[in-house]
Amino acid sequence: MLTQRLLLSDRGGMLVLGLVLLTTIIVPILNLAVPTDSPLYVSNFTVGLLGKFLCFALLALSVDLIWGYAGILSLGHGAFFSLGGYAMGMYLMRQIGDRGVYGHPELMDFMVVLNWESLPWYWQGFDMFWFAMLMVLLVPGLLALVFGWLAFRSRVTGVYFAIITQALTYALMLAFFRNEMGFGGNNGLNDFKEILGFDLAAKTTRVGLFVASSIALILGYMACRYIVTSRMGRVIIAIRDAESRTRFSGYQVESYKLWLFVFSAMLAAVAGALYVPQVGIINPGEFSPLNSIEMVVWVATGGRGTLFGAIVGAFSVNYAKTFFTTFSPETWLFILGGLFVLVTLLLPKGIVGLFDRFSRKGDKQ
Amino acid sequence: MTLKKIVKQVGALGVACSMALGALSAQAEETIKVGVLHSLSGTMAISETTLKDTMLMLIEEQNKKGGLLGKQLEPVVVDPASNWPLFAERTRELLEQHGVDAIFGCWTSVSRKSVLPVVEELNGILFYPVQYEGEESSRNVFYTGAAPNQQAIPAVDYLKDEVGVERWVLAGTDYVYPRTTNRILEAYLKANGVAEEDIMINYTPFGHADWQNIVAEIKRFGSAGKKTAVVSTINGDANVPFYRELGNQGVSAEDIPVVAFSVGEEELSGIDTAPLVGHMAAWNYFMSEETPENEAFIKAWHDYIGDTKRVTNDPMEAHYIGFNMWVKAVEAAGTTDTDKVIDAMVGVEVPNLTGGTSKMLPNHHITKPVLIGEIQDDGQFLTVSRTEELAPGDAWSDYLEGSKDLISDWTAPISCGNYNTQTKSCVGATAE
Amino acid sequence: MNSICRLTPRHAVQQWLTRLLLLCVCSLPLHASAQEAEPAPAQPTFDELVSQLATGNLRQRAATVEQLATHQDERLADILNALVAGDLLASKDKPPVIAIRSGDQLTNALDGSDLTGAAGLRRIPVNNSLRTQLRGMVAQLNLTHPNSDKRYDAVQRFIRDGVDGETAALLRERQPTEGSGRVSDAIDAALALFDLQTGDRDQRMAAIDTLSGSLEQEARNALRSVAENDEDAELRSAAAKAIESIQGRIEFYRFIENVFFGLSLGSILLLAAIGLAITFGVMGVINMAHGELIMIGAYTTWGIQVLFPDLIEWSLLIAIPAAFLITALVGIAIERGVIRFLYGRPLETLLATFGLSLVLQQAVRTLFSPLNRSVTSPEWISGTLSINPVLSITYTRLYILLFGLAVFFALLLVMKRTTLGLKVRAVSQNRAMARAVGVRSNWIDALTFGLGSGIAGVAGVALSQITNVGPNLGQAYIIDSFMVVVFGGVGNLWGTLVSAMSLGLINNFLEPWAGAMLAKVLVLIMLILFIQKKPKGLFPQKGRAAAD
Repeated sequence: MLTQRLLLSDRGGMLVLGLVLLTTIIVPILNLAVPTDSPLYVSNFTVGLLGKFLCFALLALSVDLIWGYAGILSLGHGAFFSLGGYAMGMYLMRQIGDRGVYGHPELMDFMVVLNWESLPWYWQGFDMFWFAMLMVLLVPGLLALVFGWLAFRSRVTGVYFAIITQALTYALMLAFFRNEMGFGGNNGLNDFKEILGFDLAAKTTRVGLFVASSIALILGYMACRYIVTSRMGRVIIAIRDAESRTRFSGYQVESYKLWLFVFSAMLAAVAGALYVPQVGIINPGEFSPLNSIEMVVWVATGGRGTLFGAIVGAFSVNYAKTFFTTFSPETWLFILGGLFVLVTLLLPKGIVGLFDRFSRKGDKQ
Repeated sequence: MTLKKIVKQVGALGVACSMALGALSAQAEETIKVGVLHSLSGTMAISETTLKDTMLMLIEEQNKKGGLLGKQLEPVVVDPASNWPLFAERTRELLEQHGVDAIFGCWTSVSRKSVLPVVEELNGILFYPVQYEGEESSRNVFYTGAAPNQQAIPAVDYLKDEVGVERWVLAGTDYVYPRTTNRILEAYLKANGVAEEDIMINYTPFGHADWQNIVAEIKRFGSAGKKTAVVSTINGDANVPFYRELGNQGVSAEDIPVVAFSVGEEELSGIDTAPLVGHMAAWNYFMSEETPENEAFIKAWHDYIGDTKRVTNDPMEAHYIGFNMWVKAVEAAGTTDTDKVIDAMVGVEVPNLTGGTSKMLPNHHITKPVLIGEIQDDGQFLTVSRTEELAPGDAWSDYLEGSKDLISDWTAPISCGNYNTQTKSCVGATAE
Repeated sequence: MNSICRLTPRHAVQQWLTRLLLLCVCSLPLHASAQEAEPAPAQPTFDELVSQLATGNLRQRAATVEQLATHQDERLADILNALVAGDLLASKDKPPVIAIRSGDQLTNALDGSDLTGAAGLRRIPVNNSLRTQLRGMVAQLNLTHPNSDKRYDAVQRFIRDGVDGETAALLRERQPTEGSGRVSDAIDAALALFDLQTGDRDQRMAAIDTLSGSLEQEARNALRSVAENDEDAELRSAAAKAIESIQGRIEFYRFIENVFFGLSLGSILLLAAIGLAITFGVMGVINMAHGELIMIGAYTTWGIQVLFPDLIEWSLLIAIPAAFLITALVGIAIERGVIRFLYGRPLETLLATFGLSLVLQQAVRTLFSPLNRSVTSPEWISGTLSINPVLSITYTRLYILLFGLAVFFALLLVMKRTTLGLKVRAVSQNRAMARAVGVRSNWIDALTFGLGSGIAGVAGVALSQITNVGPNLGQAYIIDSFMVVVFGGVGNLWGTLVSAMSLGLINNFLEPWAGAMLAKVLVLIMLILFIQKKPKGLFPQKGRAAAD
């Protein structure tokens, strides 16, 4: 019953998930077991790149869940992503221990430079992995809860909601830029050494993180799929399509929206936590409102309200970005910008909508 | 057509693309590849694009001279798009996919910090051309820009001794370079008997545009009867509104001079310089220096870029020095093998553009002259002071509590980036 | 560690003297052998010295100036004034032609002949120390200058450098003939400062009385030193009282200054946001490319200055309509090309216009390079309106404030009093009904968007006077603009005005104690909380128009 609901009824999703699963199996083998001079060898660079894309895909999933299904456009999802990243970054920083450049047993290098006496209270506990992971979920979750509670209760919707979420991530960016905040200012957190005792520069650790991201994406997808196909999911779609009518039918519209928002924020935070050890740096730039808009663009490009479309969008836009920044640095913004315009104008249902149109035609023949 | 078929075709396209990528990196084995890692889009493009062009010009010139070790040099340009994680990713791409033998790149401290672990992991060579806060040393990085003791401290000395400044405003953008530099300067000034209340420290966000309040405050601070100067580590975009506000509020260079560490010829080319005349900057190079090397360099630059209005600046000279040093070291080592080149780098001497000879030191910093110039209304600097000898770059500041005992020496027997001279040991993360 | 070459005037004079001495010694035998009747080392004439200004390095120039000052020559004041202002030019000939520039006119510094249009003249460089030296000399010469501003500056210079017996005598001599009240007051203050230090007890008492009316920083410093250190208790308390009364007035002026700063910041927010108040507020289009339209306006200003280099003074006035037209056309193109397909889907327009903003930014980068462009400020917009020594208002800010308000009221007039405005409001409130009564809604949409865009362009002209003109200009203002419109209440122009001004004021009053960074964060948090309280902003639309 559950498999039927989650998997079989969702052809596109199955295909995308299948591809993700296939990559998860093949890439590590080609990276670890194949000699470097073989044409089949997948380089560390590619593993890192794919790992990053997987995190972005998870992030896109979280955006699609609330935008595609509940019609809540958040232009501040980068904030939750970054907070999750910072929580992970703080754990990784604490793991450096006395191997910083000044050899201080407890303080981070940037704290030594600023002449701080002791570790600020909010850095306590982050030397424990479980605590850090708890914070990855709790901090963004709480922020989403408070913010969402305030916003949904006073019925801030649509464009207004989009703009205040943008203000939220902008405010957080400015705050994290301040060196007094104790998060390393503009330099952010970097120069990580190891995670759970594994050397971050080692090939196997990289592959491990890659696989972890992949599993997180698959599980995240399942969870989202579970939610949207549940009774709650149907109420949420009803809210998207006719909020007042749903409210008048006796549903607690606000609490449905709120819980979905919190869940989505946590999902974004997990993506952030997996992203940071793979790219090796987290800095306030991640809070930038432009990043958050870009996330929405991934979803729109892939196809809003389908979940797997978000994954397709995250992969294709980011692949295009990587491709063009290398081969045509001067024109990639033209291409990227043009792509956004064309997709919204010509493909209102995104790339997967295009496939749908074709496949439906094919079915008719 | 079914969905599956389309997916297959798209997949095939992807494979084709990645194969093309592989093929591109595999071709032309007989060249020596040089990575150029400067942002060509995003907020940093304004500064970094010029450095990319400089590198392409230097490589072209070297190729005209017959290349290096009998091979042609091949530049590999990538765009990290002012995105810090992307800097690390691109570095990995340059080193792993393209197999470059040296990377010239980065501008901001955070981009360097992002690149650093990758360069160390993959044992590459990075030349970093911008003045920075120090407090770092890596075996794989050569710092051709100024350390604080090659820019900030001489500038403060000049103000203190020659201009007679007694009250100090340390104004900066809130990030690591101004924070560290100002801490060093604060400690230095206090060590020289400046009282706490004669130092005002102010930090502003990136791109700060509304300077009315701060300039008014500086004016008040400067009217206490003692000669006052502003030491500015204000970065990039925030400078234009800052200087405009100074000019508008009638703060002239004779009353309260501003000495800046991040304002060079290129920044000035985007500003109406009339209200700035007389304000100062401390650098290791000015375009207005009249040496044969500099004139040749400026001519080459104008010919390359095809625009005689373009200016040259300090980071460009740093790339010029760094590139020539690298060429010399590769020739001396007879190979581009990273370890051998790193060893050959220390002690290499090449002429700089201001009439001296810069030398690579064991701490991977170089010797540079310190010039202090006053801004003229044509956007150029009039040199008012210069050190007689070249100042050696110091990786670890002597004025900071954490680093006063640290030195960096990448030659045997120490071979350590942060060697504590008190405990006679290599601190923290040990080098390979 | 680093020994620095010294270039101060004192050293320069010493060095110059040594050189002169050497020159004399060396030339002696020559003269002896030649047996000429000419007087040995002749004092250089005034004309020779002026020619010398063009040659040699800064040190020699400082020495030459020193020597010039010993000459009593009526041309001296003009030459020194020009040198200090960077208006003294020299050719590369030998001997060089020395010219004084005033505006476009060039006159020969020595014989007064007209040199306008002469080529190959370059500015004689001066540095700060030389400039300081010159200012002191110029002040003495300028005390009798026909221009009262010059005389005022001269007295101010004396006050700043400290008044000694010699200058006090000069000032006393000048005082009875001084016609300008402002200069006369300044002379009083300068003399009081002198008396406070040197006079007898009565004179000092009188000086304190005079100075208690002065807002000069130097007056306060002098009074403070009396209040703290003087032996005479009565003088001490008089000085303390004087400081107190000054302090009260300063507080007041500072408050005025802060209000002005706040309004000025508000006017910039207003300019940036007001175009958006039309496109977003009235039409409901989330135009993420709004910032780039502002950027295009700023680049237009630069373009006008490049195209008409002779009309710098007029460039802003030409740029305003030009920027309006260009950005309005770009706006109409955007509306016709993209946005009209997306009405009713506000979130999609957000994405499409975001894409457009990337394209526009990169287009500017490709066309004009990623470097900032230098936009010159015309003479009339530079400088300060100095009300008193503690309160001065910069003209740029003042004009931008007035300009912002003018644009606002013009727009209000268009929206409320013209047929176009009527139709715009009709279409935005009920499209179907408007069409039914014969409004060409497509046409109105394009015009409205063009109007909003054009105003963004006009804002760009104003912003070019205070900030960078570069590809990133737009990004810096887009978020603030949206905040202003949302805070004020979408669709309400008055709301936009009130919200821009109040955000400017709040920001400015927070800044001194919270720091620039935290102030901005606090304002954003306040804004977020406010929107939760009043989701439709300060002035929500009421009635049918408010329905979603």
